[in-house]
Amino acid sequence: MAAQDISSDYQKRDYSLVGFETQRAVERGLATAQWYQCPIGRKELKELMRRSDGPALRDTAIWFGALALSGLGGWYFWGTWACIPFFLVYGVLYGSASDSRWHECGHRTAFKTTWMNDVVYAIACFMILREPTVWRWSHTRHHTDTIIVGRDPEIAVPRPPDILGLVLNIFALKSAWSLAKKLTLHVQGRLDPEEATFIPEMERPKVFREARIMAAIFIGVAVWCIAIGSILPAMFIGLPSIYGGFMTIFFGLTQHAGLDEDVLDHRLNSRTVYMNPVFRFLYLNMNYHVEHHMFPMVPYHALPRLHEAIKDDCPTPYASCWAAYREIIPALLRQRREPGWYVKRQLPSHVAPLDVSAAGAVAAE
Amino acid sequence: MPTAIATRWVEACAADEIDEEDVIRFDEGGRTFAIYRSPDDVYFATDGLCTHEKVHLADGLVMDSIIECPKHNGRFDYKTGKAKGAPVCVDLKTYPVRVEDGKVLIGLD
Ligand code: FES
Repeated sequence: MAAQDISSDYQKRDYSLVGFETQRAVERGLATAQWYQCPIGRKELKELMRRSDGPALRDTAIWFGALALSGLGGWYFWGTWACIPFFLVYGVLYGSASDSRWHECGHRTAFKTTWMNDVVYAIACFMILREPTVWRWSHTRHHTDTIIVGRDPEIAVPRPPDILGLVLNIFALKSAWSLAKKLTLHVQGRLDPEEATFIPEMERPKVFREARIMAAIFIGVAVWCIAIGSILPAMFIGLPSIYGGFMTIFFGLTQHAGLDEDVLDHRLNSRTVYMNPVFRFLYLNMNYHVEHHMFPMVPYHALPRLHEAIKDDCPTPYASCWAAYREIIPALLRQRREPGWYVKRQLPSHVAPLDVSAAGAVAAE
Repeated sequence: MPTAIATRWVEACAADEIDEEDVIRFDEGGRTFAIYRSPDDVYFATDGLCTHEKVHLADGLVMDSIIECPKHNGRFDYKTGKAKGAPVCVDLKTYPVRVEDGKVLIGLD
């Protein structure tokens, strides 16, 4: 395991966006701050940022094609054991591969054409149980203030880790419950106080409209199931987020879990993990997570090239998911007992992390 | 946001300093601007900072008539300053530009 630090004077942290840590992050210059970027020439970066529709059209066609084929098999063999492998594949494509699709299309980098990003974004958000406008804004904040306590709404594993919550999320149960609570609020035209800190006033009618559409679809599928006396429709729409969501957490935990908080350097709070081609297809290269956070304009298909360009300035990547989990699982268990403990990533010896005091933070919005 | 009415013209850069379909940063009198060269070789200028979180647009990507912000991929039409959707909600201010003797001049208010 990488080197570790323990802060002996650890105080319980408040991960909400409306608690004392929020103001503290602003005062410490951690909010809307300047982040470290590996040096890379403008010409090379421009080349890496270049957009095209081709790779995403191909990958989306494969994704929808595989969904259709596995769904057809599941439907054909419904009522027999043979349907299980088909629904397993369908579920993973629906409930897990959608995670990277909403993400890349949310950044509008997957396709060159804006409407293609927006259509796939809406579909993938529905599959992964995320409301499109809420998550667009939440993810915007995640990029402004990555793993800054009191500011980032997407810290997946606050310390001390909620192991039960993580286990429940293997079947998306915690996120489904959270969506149910939020949808109930949003269909009534209300936001929770934390969401109100990052969703601007003018975007809120869109949030409420989307919540009503989403709720109507779920209710429609439930009524359909009752009407025909079978859960088959829900096996295609809705339930796959639950029974096929396990790869979302498997991939997602590799991003930041167990690493440092409140640092202005993505090399210290994010992981780049080498994955096999199947995983990289499902995850659309989000395993190059340091690179993605540092240069979010680079589309997923160019991330391996970006990795090559900056890897000498980054910590050693993890050789596999197995290598990452050999670090993550013990780290989370230890953080249960010692919440101040974290995995400290080793930077190459010739570079130093950006000093918070020297970061030239600008005022929070 | 309206285009500035030029009361003075300031030399920003040499015309060939900007690649086609690219952008550079220009600072003047404590203000910062972004100067664009479109794919059809026309020059434009806007405020240099994104209206969302004040990031330099000159580090972004020019695609046709769009400038994409490097921080959260917010998009503006740099010819009109129009914000093209979340997370950018406020338009950019634009400035008149003319090219004389191989120099790009921007009209400031
Ligand atoms: S700072 Fe430009 S889109 Fe957020």
